[in-house]
Amino acid sequence: MTALNHLTLTQAREGLAQGEFTSVELTESYLKAMEQARVLNAFTVETPDQALAMAARADARIASGDAGPLEGLPLGVKDMFATEGVATTACSNILKGFVPPYESTVTSQLWRDGAVMLGKLANDEFAMGSSTETSAFGPVVSPWRREGDTTPLVPGGSSGGSAAAVSAFLCAGATGTDTGGSIRQPAAFTGTVGIKPTYGRCSRWGIIAYASSLDQAGPFARSVNDAAILLRSMAGHDAKDSTSVNMRVPNYEDAVGVSVKGKRIGIPREYRVEGMSQEICELWEQGADMLRDAGAEIVDITLPHTKYALPTYYIVAPAEASSNLARYDGVRYGNRVPGKDIIDMYERTRAAGFGPEVRRRIMIGTYVLSAGYYDAYYLKAQRVRTLIKRDFDDVFAQGVDAILTPATPSPAFGIGEKSNADPVEMYLQDVFTVTVNLAGLPAISVPAGFSADGLPLGLQLIGRPFEEETLFALGQAVEDAAGRFPVEDHWWSR
Amino acid sequence: MSVDLGTVRRVAHLARLAVSEEELPALQGELNAILAFVEQLSAIDVSSIEPMTSVVPLTLPLREDEVTDGHYPDKVLANAPEAESGFFTVPKVVE
Repeated sequence: MTALNHLTLTQAREGLAQGEFTSVELTESYLKAMEQARVLNAFTVETPDQALAMAARADARIASGDAGPLEGLPLGVKDMFATEGVATTACSNILKGFVPPYESTVTSQLWRDGAVMLGKLANDEFAMGSSTETSAFGPVVSPWRREGDTTPLVPGGSSGGSAAAVSAFLCAGATGTDTGGSIRQPAAFTGTVGIKPTYGRCSRWGIIAYASSLDQAGPFARSVNDAAILLRSMAGHDAKDSTSVNMRVPNYEDAVGVSVKGKRIGIPREYRVEGMSQEICELWEQGADMLRDAGAEIVDITLPHTKYALPTYYIVAPAEASSNLARYDGVRYGNRVPGKDIIDMYERTRAAGFGPEVRRRIMIGTYVLSAGYYDAYYLKAQRVRTLIKRDFDDVFAQGVDAILTPATPSPAFGIGEKSNADPVEMYLQDVFTVTVNLAGLPAISVPAGFSADGLPLGLQLIGRPFEEETLFALGQAVEDAAGRFPVEDHWWSR
Repeated sequence: MSVDLGTVRRVAHLARLAVSEEELPALQGELNAILAFVEQLSAIDVSSIEPMTSVVPLTLPLREDEVTDGHYPDKVLANAPEAESGFFTVPKVVE
């Protein structure tokens, strides 16, 4: 029999419903896997006692016929989500020791639906990064390695802990957040499925804010169907987030396996970026073939303002971050460093608490919002953002149902390989993903092939606003053709 | 556009970040690299384009102006580095 932690979330749900095993047994299997995988550094906090207590309650509800949609399924939570009574730090020293007295809306909905919490998962500090190397808890190691090579690789970022844990079978699924690609890029690096829903689909209440007009929560999973199950529980209107939309949440699982015959899939020529590797080009073509074979129609499209997306993002995101992170001043939470007066106390506290990448982004954000520069940078970027969104509106108006692109410009890289370079080099990781956040659209990353040295590669499908169902249908078509991407060599547990 | 050391010092102060004189040149280099990168936007004329305010068509909801939450000062203060008699405390501000 397959080890319980190797089942997909969908299979585990079935096994629990059939009484083949209990949630306590399933949870114990994950807790053991977590213990054996500490070298990956995916978890910032493990909550085994809480997990077993939640599992026992889930078993009681299953026995009495009151099972919720996620009853008894063990999940991990990115450290950006406030979890009541469990340390939440955004992997920053400035929030060291912060224990929220409240629960984020998204995670509260997971527990409402019966899920079991295994612990908190690491991310880049304040979700600013593409490799999870800027976490105050140290870098997360990907369970994946290049063929015949033991070089430790990054799991991507910022949701690298979530991606590593799901791919290494340390949880049945996990939450992530995505501001510029932080779900889709790590999903692609680890052979997992990740979806960033439409802006407004999930409540941001209780999620530590990075760039409020771009941030969205979404799930990581080992299959498209698993991701559909998780998103249904995470999504929904919340009066506590004025940007969350009041729309019915569909049963996304119903869309998985629906025929994609006749769907029009756009291939944007501007995504064929300079220096893109041959294997990424081939993966993209194979992805188009997979969807064509499933009955979709492939059409060439143009998104003319794509090249402006990254510079726009690196104005808008730091500007919003500099405002959001103003609250970390050593007064209400976190660490305080004493100073000769209150300003000195603020400055010393923030200098000690924020890491270099966060400090960089706060500085850039403060600069572009400062008197005399606001119009030239921030306002200009928001105007360009209108054009980027209009590009998408135009192709959707021409009858395109979804857009197919690579998820990342390369496979996973080694720990330390990019972190010492020019910061802009790391920013280029987001070249295919940031457009989606700037336009507020939904997009899914699905594993679809391997690099020459045996690392998973992902494809991204971008949908119309609030048409996540189309993405699940198309994602399943890719999964049907390409299969799933379980990591084979469990070197970390040897 | 590029920033000089004085601007880096001023922005650090605006951002309430203590930066030592030794750290300034490296920070200046990083900021200028990012500013050079975003400079690409100068190639495009957007003066006639409305700036983005919301990616989804949304009217901000209104609700009754009433207290719907609160009455738990202990929870609010539980994470404070320093608190006293139901208040956050800070270094003396008024002489």
